Amino acid sequence: MILARVVGTVVATRKDPRLEGKKLLVLKPISPDGKEEAGYVVAVDTVGAGFRETVIAVSGSSARMAEGCRDRPVDTAIVGIVDTVSLDRRE
Amino acid sequence: MYLGRVVGRVWATVKNANLTGQRLLIVQPVTPELKDKGRPIICTDWTGAGAGELIYWTRAREASFAFLPDEVVTDATIVGIVDAIRVKREAHRGDGGSG
Amino acid sequence: MLIARVIGELVATRKHPSHEGLKLLLVQPLDLDGSERGDAVVAVDAVQAGIGDRVLLTTEGYSAFSSVGRLMTPIEAAVIGIVDEVDLSSA
Repeated sequence: MILARVVGTVVATRKDPRLEGKKLLVLKPISPDGKEEAGYVVAVDTVGAGFRETVIAVSGSSARMAEGCRDRPVDTAIVGIVDTVSLDRRE
Repeated sequence: MYLGRVVGRVWATVKNANLTGQRLLIVQPVTPELKDKGRPIICTDWTGAGAGELIYWTRAREASFAFLPDEVVTDATIVGIVDAIRVKREAHRGDGGSG
Repeated sequence: MLIARVIGELVATRKHPSHEGLKLLLVQPLDLDGSERGDAVVAVDAVQAGIGDRVLLTTEGYSAFSSVGRLMTPIEAAVIGIVDEVDLSSA
C-alpha cells in the first residue's frame, strides 16, 4: 500500500456500469514525511476521503478485496484515511 | 517476496471494513546488502514485527492470502522476520545470456 | 519468468506457516547480457538451487505457490528451474 494525498476528482458519465456510484479521486503518492512524489493514480474511494486528505491506497488485484469493490474493474482503492504517521528515524 | 526494514507506523481510524484491526507498518525496502532502495511502502503485518526489524514481505494479491480465510484488502504483507542472511554476490560475470 | 542468479539465503524463525520447511533464497534477476536487472527478490526454492546457480525465477503468484504445492498462500516468488544453457542465436 502507499500513502497518498487526494488532489482531485474525476467525473465520468460514460463508464463501465460496475463503476456506477463509485467516487473517483486523483491521488498523488507522498513520502511518509508528507512530500508529494512523482506520478499520480485514479482510485476508487471506499472510505469517504476528502480533498487534500492523506489516505492509504491499495493497488493491483488486491484492490478488489476492498468491501464494495468485489468484481468491479478497480485496480486502486482508497482503504483508509490516515490519522497519524510515526517514523522511527535512526539518523 | 522482498527484503525490508520496519521504519514506522500508520494509524487510520476510518478504514475499509476489510482492513479493520490490521496494524499498518511503514517498510523501507532494502538490498541484500541492507542498503535502502526505493520508496517506503505501507504493509499489513502477519508477524508482529517491531520498529527497526529486518523483515521480508509479500506483494500483490498473494499478500492478502496471508490472512485467509479472512478477506483483507492489502497488496503488501510482512510474512517473516529475518534472523540471518548470507549473501555472496559475485562481480558481474557477464554470462546471463549465453553459455 | 526471468533468468536470475542465486546470491544468498535467508533464515527466518518467525514466518508465515505456509513458508515452514521451505528454503528461502535471495535471487538477483539478470538481463540477457548477465548484468543485474532490478532489485533482488526473496524466493522460495522449488528445485534445490544453491548460491551461485543461474535459475529460472517466477514472480507471479499462482506459478510460485503452486510450484511448492502451497495453494493460495502468501508466496509470489519462486525458483522453479536451474538454467543449463541459454541460446540466443537460434531464437
